[in-house]
Amino acid sequence: MGVPVRRFDAVIVGGGGAGLRAALQLSESGLKTAVLSKVFPTRSHTVAAQGGISASLGNVQEDRWEWHMYDTVKGSDWLGDQDAIEFMCRKAPEAVIELEHFGMPFDRLENGKIYQRPFGGHTQNNGQTPVQRACAAADRTGHAMLHTLYQRNVRANTQFFVEWMALDLIRDADGDVVGVTALEMETGEVFILHAKAVLFATGGAGRIYAASTNAFINTGDGLGMCVRAGIPLEDMEFWQFHPTGVAGAGVLITEGVRGEGGILLNSNGERFMERYAPNLKDLAPRDFVARSMEQEVLEGRGCGPNKDYVLLKLDHLGPDIIKQRLPGIREIAIKFAGVDPIKEPIPVIPTCHYMMGGIPTNYRGEVVIPQGDNPESRVNGFFAAGECACASVHGANRLGTNSLLDLVVFGKSAGDSMVEYIKNEMPTWKDLPADAADRSLARIARLDGQTNGEEVADVRTAMQRTVQARAAVFRNADNLSKGVTEIQQVAERVKRTQIKDKSKVFNTARVEALELENLIEVAVATLIAADARKESRGAHAHADFPNRDDEVWMKHSLYYGDERRLSYKPVHTKPLSVDYIPPKERTF
Amino acid sequence: MTDFDPVELKRIRWHSRRGLLELDLVLERFLAQRFDSLSPAEMSAYKALLELPDNDFLDVVNGKTDLDDPSIMQIVEILRAI
Ligand SMILES: Cc1cc2nc3c(=O)[nH]c(=O)nc-3n(C[C@H](O)[C@H](O)[C@H](O)COP(=O)(O)OP(=O)(O)OC[C@H]3O[C@@H](n4cnc5c(N)ncnc54)[C@H](O)[C@@H]3O)c2cc1C
Repeated sequence: MGVPVRRFDAVIVGGGGAGLRAALQLSESGLKTAVLSKVFPTRSHTVAAQGGISASLGNVQEDRWEWHMYDTVKGSDWLGDQDAIEFMCRKAPEAVIELEHFGMPFDRLENGKIYQRPFGGHTQNNGQTPVQRACAAADRTGHAMLHTLYQRNVRANTQFFVEWMALDLIRDADGDVVGVTALEMETGEVFILHAKAVLFATGGAGRIYAASTNAFINTGDGLGMCVRAGIPLEDMEFWQFHPTGVAGAGVLITEGVRGEGGILLNSNGERFMERYAPNLKDLAPRDFVARSMEQEVLEGRGCGPNKDYVLLKLDHLGPDIIKQRLPGIREIAIKFAGVDPIKEPIPVIPTCHYMMGGIPTNYRGEVVIPQGDNPESRVNGFFAAGECACASVHGANRLGTNSLLDLVVFGKSAGDSMVEYIKNEMPTWKDLPADAADRSLARIARLDGQTNGEEVADVRTAMQRTVQARAAVFRNADNLSKGVTEIQQVAERVKRTQIKDKSKVFNTARVEALELENLIEVAVATLIAADARKESRGAHAHADFPNRDDEVWMKHSLYYGDERRLSYKPVHTKPLSVDYIPPKERTF
Repeated sequence: MTDFDPVELKRIRWHSRRGLLELDLVLERFLAQRFDSLSPAEMSAYKALLELPDNDFLDVVNGKTDLDDPSIMQIVEILRAI
């Protein structure tokens, strides 16, 4: 053994918006808090969020948190837990104003209040008319949030471990979480970080798909670690496809573009969203727009030589609006699509964007799993927040701008729960199990000793192609069941990946091989959960079962990696204070 | 490349992993096509560029803004063309 041990009150894996917000609660309450990140925290993927963060501030038009809640429940296609959704929407105004007080530079109205822009799925009066609810800092909302939170953490003495990769979760004989193992990239050494409480805020895993808006870093490490530690993953069949990724590159064109008046056209020059969603048109929720676009392509009205994309038209907004309100978008279009949107429309396709599922938590940020008769019993010492967690507020489909909100609301809530847990229940550290680092050391030893293996990049490409071909926007039984077989074959190949560079120090080949071991767990979970769900709900559109089936399927899936099996648990239908919002058909 | 030890080169490669897909796509091509043949001066310039926050870096790569240092701009021109 001889693995060095370091001790903290709290260890947070992930320095994006969720991890930083949670860390702040802990550090400010005087607890010794470590934040681990694979990259410098302000380079976390949160930096990519352009569109904004939602809150019913009502600065531009009348708005109420109850309407925000309604939109979120409806957006989730009634798979979201209504207690968690109420919690988030009620807290939203306070959370945004807190960020403002922290110094986040929001866009403002002339009267000095925060400007709010329109965004897909945001409405007044339970679906009646669009409302301006998204708060933004130009098109750098995520960047501004990260910098603001990072500075606050530095002030609060949070200890950052930058370029440290968490490898595995440490659970003791009671199943309680007592720390993580982690690789310091600089030295190649493995450490044990011993903690009273651990939070995962490791972000998404969109790199399981070939067409993805996610940066390369989104490899689902937190989910892989959970699967290996026997913790199930919730609702992994639900992946949001952003309707407007640049065809061929994946780079995202924010919904804000449609909010400002951009429209989608098919090869006949028709604004087809008027047919699918007469009220909300191009601003209908993402899954709906993505499927409408696919439908146009499937019916032969796609554009380009292969008729495989549609067009996003902006030129009618005029150069001034485009340059002022949407500056980044013009550069993206020029660089990655080769068109200037002031003159020409941008070719776009639905592209994997966001993981609705993840580590099962409640609205307090506690990780909860079935034990005995209780479908949601707490895993002591373990918390999760942000995209890697499933609270579940996004259900089967996330509303735009609700993710940044999720990060700060549930980051803070999880931080508060950890402070309470550490102060009330954990006067001292639980013992580390004798084999605490064995799994991680064995994984590294396997990689170092592997001969006749395959290249990491080749196996990763095989995984991405399989997931893309079998579990993208349109799904059917035949495709999914083939996908289940194929992805498990790819998983066997992951066990034999080989790296040429066996050195210790800054071995990025090793890091990528370890990341692939996490990605594949997410990919297998996705295929198995998607194959099992025989209905269509939100982002899971099943051609053989085109309708939502609330009788049978209004339930969350839980995927267990050890036996590659599923179980299910009920959706929470009791909000905290208001009436249940009963299911309706989603029309726009 | 004598001025940079192999560990430093690996570190620079890792620092080419960014929070924005746009940068990942451009830098991936750059690492594959150009990185190994950079002169020590060019490598220093690239390293300095990596210190920029992601959004500023992307603005530079997209040609929206320029930087003062001519040696860094040489690398920027390579990135813009790639
Ligand atoms: C292009 C794009 C635009 C978006 N725009 C919006 C928007 O306008 N509004 C909105 O609400 N949402 C938006 N989203 C979604 C939103 O940005 C993300 O869901 C959110 O930022 C995720 O934040 P996070 O804190 O959970 O994770 P991240 O910001 O991804 O951070 C994850 C952190 O975990 C660390 N990490 C991961 N694995 C390990 C490990 N093994 N060891 C150590 N550290 C690790 C990483 O280094 C990083 O610090 C957008 C997403 C994309 C891709």
